[in-house]
Amino acid sequence: MNSVKKIITSALAMGALAAPAFAQDTIKVGVLHSLSGTMAISETTLKDTVEMLVEDQNAKGGLLGMQLEAVVVDPASDWPLFAEKARELLTVQDVDVIFGCWTSVSRKSVLPVIEELNGLLFYPVQYEGEESSKNVFYTGAAPNQQAIPATDYFLEELGVEKFALLGTDYVYPRTTNNILESYLQQKGIAEEDIFVNYTPFGHSDWSKIVSDVVALGADGKKVGVISTINGDANIGFYKELAAAGVSADDIPVVAFSVGEEELSGLDTTNLVGHLAAWNYFQSAESDANEEFVAKWKERMGEERVTNDPMEAHYVGFNMWVNAVEAAGTTDVDAVREAMWGQEFPNLTGGTAVMGTNHHLAKPVLIGEIQDDGQFDIISETEEVPGDAWTDYLPDSAVLVSDWKDLGCGMYNTETESCVQIKSNY
Amino acid sequence: MRDSFFAKNPSVLIFLTLLALFTLAVTLLGEAHGTGAISTSFVKTLGKTLCLCLVAIAMDLVWGYTGILSLGHFAFFGLGGYMIGMWLMYARTELIVAESLAQAEIPPTPDEIRDAIATQIFGVVGGSEFPAVWAFAHSLPIQLALVVLVPGALALVFGWLAFRSRVTGVYLSILTQAMTLALALYLFQNDSGLRGNNGLSGLQNIPGAGDIPQSIISIRFFWASAAALAAGYLLAAFMVSGKFGSVIRGIRDDEARVRFLGYSVEGYKLFVFTLTAVIAGVAGALYYPQAGIINPAEVAPIASIYLAVWVAIGGRGRLYGAVIGAALVSLLSTWFTGGQAPALPLGFYTVDWVDWWQVLLGLGFVLVTLFAPSGIGGLFDLVAGRRHPDRHGADLGPDKGSFREREAEQ
Amino acid sequence: MRILLASVYLFLLIAGPAAAQDNPIQQVLQENRDLLEESSRRTIGPAIDAISDSGLPQAQAVLEKWQAKELWQREADGLFFFAEDIGSDTYRLIDIATGAPVGSYDEDDLDQLKPNSGIRGMIGAALVRFQLMDPDPAKRADALDAISRDAEASHLDALRGSIADETDPGLKARKARLERILTIAYDPDPAARIAAIQSFKGDLGVDARAALNPLVATTRAAVTDAPPEDENIARLLRPGSDALSEVEAYALLVDAGLAPPRLSLDDQRAALAAHIENGRVGGVPVDRLDTVAARDRAYSALADAGTVPAAATEAEVAQALSSHVFYERYAETDPAVTEAANAALGAIAFKVGLNQGADLALDALSLASIYFLAAIGLAITFGVMGVINMAHGEFIMMGAYTGYVVQQVVPNYTASILIALPLAFVLTFAAGVAMERLVIRWLYNRPLETLLATFGISIALQQLAKNIFGTQARPLTSPDWLDGALVFNDVVSISYIRIAIFVLALAFLALFLFIMRRTRLGLEVRAVTQNPRMAASMGINPDRINMLTFGLGSGIAGVAGVAIGLYAKVTSELGQDYIVQSFMTVVVGGVGNIWGTLLGATLIGSLQKGIEWLNPSNTLAAQTYMILFIILFIQFRPRGIIALRGRAAGD
Repeated sequence: MNSVKKIITSALAMGALAAPAFAQDTIKVGVLHSLSGTMAISETTLKDTVEMLVEDQNAKGGLLGMQLEAVVVDPASDWPLFAEKARELLTVQDVDVIFGCWTSVSRKSVLPVIEELNGLLFYPVQYEGEESSKNVFYTGAAPNQQAIPATDYFLEELGVEKFALLGTDYVYPRTTNNILESYLQQKGIAEEDIFVNYTPFGHSDWSKIVSDVVALGADGKKVGVISTINGDANIGFYKELAAAGVSADDIPVVAFSVGEEELSGLDTTNLVGHLAAWNYFQSAESDANEEFVAKWKERMGEERVTNDPMEAHYVGFNMWVNAVEAAGTTDVDAVREAMWGQEFPNLTGGTAVMGTNHHLAKPVLIGEIQDDGQFDIISETEEVPGDAWTDYLPDSAVLVSDWKDLGCGMYNTETESCVQIKSNY
Repeated sequence: MRDSFFAKNPSVLIFLTLLALFTLAVTLLGEAHGTGAISTSFVKTLGKTLCLCLVAIAMDLVWGYTGILSLGHFAFFGLGGYMIGMWLMYARTELIVAESLAQAEIPPTPDEIRDAIATQIFGVVGGSEFPAVWAFAHSLPIQLALVVLVPGALALVFGWLAFRSRVTGVYLSILTQAMTLALALYLFQNDSGLRGNNGLSGLQNIPGAGDIPQSIISIRFFWASAAALAAGYLLAAFMVSGKFGSVIRGIRDDEARVRFLGYSVEGYKLFVFTLTAVIAGVAGALYYPQAGIINPAEVAPIASIYLAVWVAIGGRGRLYGAVIGAALVSLLSTWFTGGQAPALPLGFYTVDWVDWWQVLLGLGFVLVTLFAPSGIGGLFDLVAGRRHPDRHGADLGPDKGSFREREAEQ
Repeated sequence: MRILLASVYLFLLIAGPAAAQDNPIQQVLQENRDLLEESSRRTIGPAIDAISDSGLPQAQAVLEKWQAKELWQREADGLFFFAEDIGSDTYRLIDIATGAPVGSYDEDDLDQLKPNSGIRGMIGAALVRFQLMDPDPAKRADALDAISRDAEASHLDALRGSIADETDPGLKARKARLERILTIAYDPDPAARIAAIQSFKGDLGVDARAALNPLVATTRAAVTDAPPEDENIARLLRPGSDALSEVEAYALLVDAGLAPPRLSLDDQRAALAAHIENGRVGGVPVDRLDTVAARDRAYSALADAGTVPAAATEAEVAQALSSHVFYERYAETDPAVTEAANAALGAIAFKVGLNQGADLALDALSLASIYFLAAIGLAITFGVMGVINMAHGEFIMMGAYTGYVVQQVVPNYTASILIALPLAFVLTFAAGVAMERLVIRWLYNRPLETLLATFGISIALQQLAKNIFGTQARPLTSPDWLDGALVFNDVVSISYIRIAIFVLALAFLALFLFIMRRTRLGLEVRAVTQNPRMAASMGINPDRINMLTFGLGSGIAGVAGVAIGLYAKVTSELGQDYIVQSFMTVVVGGVGNIWGTLLGATLIGSLQKGIEWLNPSNTLAAQTYMILFIILFIQFRPRGIIALRGRAAGD
């Protein structure tokens, strides 16, 4: 009866045709990454990564004696569709865990659904922080695991005294730059020495902005650019930088959204020496990484590269597998508790640890762009625990997240009360 | 009068009956009051589709009947969504904040509550103060009025400027598209005060209804959407059936002649443009609480062009055509792009619909324009055995876009 | 900790490998091994100094190799070597002192020293004294680069000593200029500094401003009576003026410990919360404390009782502000120097302003030429023929992808561009002709439907491009001779690629004018667009003319695509970025007139740059306001800047 009902349901639900007859024998892993639209370029890679990880796990004998099954849906870079597809995954497909989302807005779109239906989401991309949901594990970098160390590097290693914060106009650059502005001022950088500029997605006319940045050097302070420019717009930006003859030694640029994948659309000879900060680079030297890269290239083609969000999924997926085994069930609440304190070796060496604020402790790497489109890792820190609420904004500094002991993702340490159980979207 | 209206327009009665039956069926099969054969997420999809049908009717009024190809009605749709979204976010956050601040030892001042709400809402995009556009966000009645007033006022101003200077035809289309682009770019800016690219989210959580499951909320919104669609359809059918309808069709077919007959063409156009903008705003206000999030991408020019595509495929100049077009194309799009349509193996190449649906849609659209200008709705004429006079030759009037003699007989 | 470190050193010195003993440079490196391994700008200084001061002949080579990331360390014993890559992850180590090969090692057994760019700068600064007199001009230029990046006082003398012997005139000029800049910063003689400062009067170089501006940097201060005599005062400030708001002024007083801080609302609440007694604070019931007035009352009651410190009242704040003197002082203590610097900067500022205007005008011109190039095809299909082609942007995209594909086949960038330009024209010409034959000619009487049908083609083409090339941006690299920029001075410059686009746009303008005015085709096109039936009776085949005209417009779009791809990026959404702007350009300029399109592009380009200049931190706003302006503009000139009159205007 149940399966008959399900068949009707799925037939009605626009032909959600995944046959439910063997639903009992598999553990379903939802994959919520855009396969079409503007984000497809980045997210399709992650879908392939999860499928690869699922196949590997099945080759190792599955999980809890059952095979894993990846359920892939396409939210088509359409933010409302993310919420709709998440609901469909959780209610129609009954998946046990979801790996998905890239942009912050897609995560914010999915959050209310995941929290309402008590799902489990692994979010693999570096993001602006200021959030900790009971139902989400953030395996990408929080600002203190990417932006702050990179800024420290600028301040201490490169002696930068004047900052240009260039970003695409959306939430991640806005929040990150906000945190950085506040952080830099605490570090003694005057407000007038911080130049902030926002450009639209896909911006291509960079000449004015680049000459503005060059002109910043007029008061004799060393200028550095912190770039949160997203996606395609980087191409025009770096082309204009190169044309203006700005070398990395004069005005270094550190980017938070430029990885191996983005560089493959560029001729990097003029960009050698500019920087990127991530938790992973393909060029990291470890046996696990070599194996991972080889497996990826074998599956997807020799010219394909690996990047940071892929590693985040790799760590997140394996942690989830271990947590399910530890809990002996795929029940969300049990798995969540088993996730706290899970450890798994990073591809870059060292061990990632899942904190009770649902953020990972990971090392921070800074790489210099090389002419082959790869990064030369020139700085690597110890594991830095991810901080859900930044310490550098007054409103957030008083907040902490601890799902284990406090049972709250937004706990105000001043009033000693939980601001809200559901997250802020 | 009423009897004669339905008698003259049997399609209205048929449509309303079908809509009622459909609503009943969904209710009975839904999770809230029925067997649960239709999942909540699908009820939401259907409810949203009804809203799209409503905005398609507005589009049909302004384009199919009045001949103004507006590429901006989705902007009005989005504005309606933003207006209701502001209240939904404000009120929901206010409840959370009030509960949290109530735990403090000293009761909060009104300013403190407002600041805390602002921090909650704008903290995500790096702000902590309410921009001026949120001045009325605390009040549901005012925001509900704004759902109608803001799109209406924008359409009124824009239409007045455009029609007054006799911008017509493709120029007007391009101008409306520019307006839409400007609005989308404006909303994309964080400085606009509507949370930039992130937009307003969590709209499906109705303030004060935290205990009511989404299955019930979704069916309520489905009913509201159906009711709005029915009302919109009635209104539109009523408008186009009388003398008013004749005048706007006259404007479409030959603006200059209608003007020489002594009608205020600009007045009629402005009225239709503004009214349809209001209808679009209402549709948007019902749509986005079901979608859960609204952001500037929804307002982008491409959305308005798709709206024109729906209406064209469904069949211009007939209200049920617009409804059919919107429902069919948007649902098919969801199905094909959702990765659920089975791939089509051709032996040498496997057609993956996620990749090829857009191509199919684009080409199909060209074919409809070329070979079936009356769209899917034209099929009903075949069934009904209605034939159009087969006239070839020069246009009826000097305005090249106006040749629509087919409707002249109605 | 220090003992530990010392013992490690000791251990290294005593037990260090035998090779280090009779190898002084290796010994120096081993002594600084920890610093070299830590590789941080904050701590590396002593190591660099040790190497450069060692007086060893290899010091320069070591520093240079280290800077170039070519210094390696053998993991087994920690010794440092030069190395050369001999393939398959193996390196041949070379002894630093002797230059003799030591053997081949796998990469896993070696560590490469990777100085970051901060350290590389410091190494460069240390290398200055070796390189300044180097026979190789390239190295001397490196030394000058290093000085201009990280100048040190010691460089001044070295630089002065090297100017006389400099043979290369270009380098000599650079040295002379750097010498003046270093004089400003480091010369002990004020007269020499002032002379150097004055020599930069009106100089546009960023380096000159970079040397002058620090001299006139000021800090604010507050004192109770008069500013101290020994300080170089820039000016006195009045609280409440534009230069110093009252809040800032009071904050200065608080920072200087001259006034108590004001009570913030948060502090007040905390203080109240700390003094709740029996549900009341200062006599006010707790549940009534939800207004500012009630809180103030409660707080002053507490203050009266002496439980909390009294908050500064408005009157006290005003009193504190009026009883103190606020001023700005220069960090530079010599008034003559700051005066000279201010004078020099004043002269520079005006000139920089002028040049910035010129640079902005160049940018605007460049943007205008890009818009013009994107729109010129549309000026033909839409302007002349009146066909709305929403797929115009996709023709641009096709041109750009043609460039990309050609570059995959022909690796030489110059040749590939030369092939791609005509090929793009041919391809998009063919596509345009096909589209005209198959779709558009059936719709000549229905322009609104043309709009929709071509939109359908546009989304189909876009998706096809995605299916074929993927959604990722593809590289289209410009040849070397288009790299770089034409630099007039440090303020005004324009990249060559933009100049090329400008030239291309002009060429197309000329081509368009030539075809329309001087060829039979142009004559026929004009005839057909004015009155097709009359033209047909004159023996012109309107079908053929429409086809060719549309093909021409599309072909030009394709060529424009190659140029736009070179300057920006090649993605399937490339066309979308330009379509609305292109239509705007044509409409604003006036349909049917190429000069109108040119004016339209110029107007839109300058307007956008102008708004960007007014609001530099938000480029998106510039685009928004530009479109709003266009909408308003069309209200007042519905037919564009240049409106056709008479019969040519058609209906």
